[in-house]
Amino acid sequence: MSEKKIDEVSGMETTGHDWDGIGELNSPLPRWWVWTYYLTILWAIGYWIAMPAWPLVSDYTRGMLGYSQRAQLSDQIAAVKAGQAELIARTAKASVADIKGNAELLEFALAGGRSAYAVNCVQCHGSGASGASGYPNLNDDDWLWGGTVEQIQATIQYGIRSEHDETRANEMPAFGRDEILNPQQVDEVSDYVMALSQNPDLAKTLPGKALYKEYCVDCHGAGGMGNQELGAPKLSDGIWLHEGGKPVVVDVITNSRSGMMPAWVNRLDAVTVKQLAVYVHSLGGGK
Amino acid sequence: MIKHAVFEKNSILLTVGILIVVAIGGIVELAPLFYLESTIEEVEGMRPYTPLELAGRDIYVREGCYNCHSQMVRPLRDEAERYGHYSLAAESMYDHPFQWGSKRTGPDLARVGGRYSDEWHVAHMVNPRAVVPESIMPGYPFLATTALDTSDIVDHLKANQIVGVPYSDEMIASAAADLAAQVDPDSDDLDAMMARYPKAQARDFDGNPAMISELDALVAYMQMLGTLVDFGTYKAEGENLR
Repeated sequence: MSEKKIDEVSGMETTGHDWDGIGELNSPLPRWWVWTYYLTILWAIGYWIAMPAWPLVSDYTRGMLGYSQRAQLSDQIAAVKAGQAELIARTAKASVADIKGNAELLEFALAGGRSAYAVNCVQCHGSGASGASGYPNLNDDDWLWGGTVEQIQATIQYGIRSEHDETRANEMPAFGRDEILNPQQVDEVSDYVMALSQNPDLAKTLPGKALYKEYCVDCHGAGGMGNQELGAPKLSDGIWLHEGGKPVVVDVITNSRSGMMPAWVNRLDAVTVKQLAVYVHSLGGGK
Repeated sequence: MIKHAVFEKNSILLTVGILIVVAIGGIVELAPLFYLESTIEEVEGMRPYTPLELAGRDIYVREGCYNCHSQMVRPLRDEAERYGHYSLAAESMYDHPFQWGSKRTGPDLARVGGRYSDEWHVAHMVNPRAVVPESIMPGYPFLATTALDTSDIVDHLKANQIVGVPYSDEMIASAAADLAAQVDPDSDDLDAMMARYPKAQARDFDGNPAMISELDALVAYMQMLGTLVDFGTYKAEGENLR
């Protein structure tokens, strides 16, 4: 290092560096700062010993605390599972009706159902369960396949037109595409179907009524009352699975439409399915 | 002892000195990742992307999906409960570049495969608000009406082969046929494609059999995400706990 030099004006020591005749006063960092700096080095050494740190040739130092983020995760999940074990066991044994009758199980099911819904169901039925065009609203009491808690449970388990053997399924003919009805007839039936909810008195006088009686009444019922056994939607209530008014009705009668809901029985455990059924049933439209 | 005035008065020497010091830090932090057993773990099920999935992945990158969507489920309880099993390093092994992302304006997509129906994806891409009222994602309606450019798919596979993805020469030779087969379940080439790419899903993803659209490719890619690894055989214990 350079020799010590004293700056004449301030009387302070300089660093000895000389930049084109300009010197630099040697004013050290505050002592507390320097000591803090040394402490952080000490902390780092302690951290190396305690936590996973240094890479070695084929492995790395694991640290004395044995910290592992993945182990921590599985411990946390195991702890939660253990805490719920008793309620889960009771839910597993109970039927959905029993769950609804037991305040403690009901509370557990609604909480578990809500979070399972947020993970698995919001994609189609919406975060507020209000559905979307083509995806049923779960808040209302207009059910396609039945709205009792058992029926909801079966729908969740086996899905609609899913790959499961026990799936709920139906198939509406494509009346127009398959030339069962000509476009004129499709239009008349569409007018009748629209009138069923908008103006029932007018409906009785429309020419589509006869066609409806011939082709539609077996599934959708007299006056469009629907049939939940067959999954045939109610047509007289002004609630539409596929929104869009008459043009969409014409398209559905012409080409048919079939939505799909997966079977959850192989994806979710039985307890979660029960919780979901109870939760969905509680949303407002449960029968 | 070297006087630091020597460095301070010689800019080239200072630059070289800085380079050496920074390189030590870089080597210590980066180099081990290339050889440590625990970071290059292999898992059952990973395979190179099918030509269609690869094309979809290119669209994912082109549209900048990574700006709002990560592909990295971290080993934290809330993430594991929401998205599924935490991501493994091996699940990105054929990604060039990886799509981990750094920001979630939208949800993580590492395990999005199979979570939604194809119809949902189609409706969502055309107008996200149609199925998620509170979504702020922009719509991508043009994907459904734009034909997928398949003319350079062989080159894409070759480029990936050069950087280490184990595409065989057979895979490269049949890339165009494999791509077409994956959107046509009635294709004669389907069995050969499935043999080359196990667990591939083949169907008309966008519901429009008249055209192989960009949406076909993107939906095929997303329906594959996170579904390749067989977690039935993955042992989340011992060496793998870290």
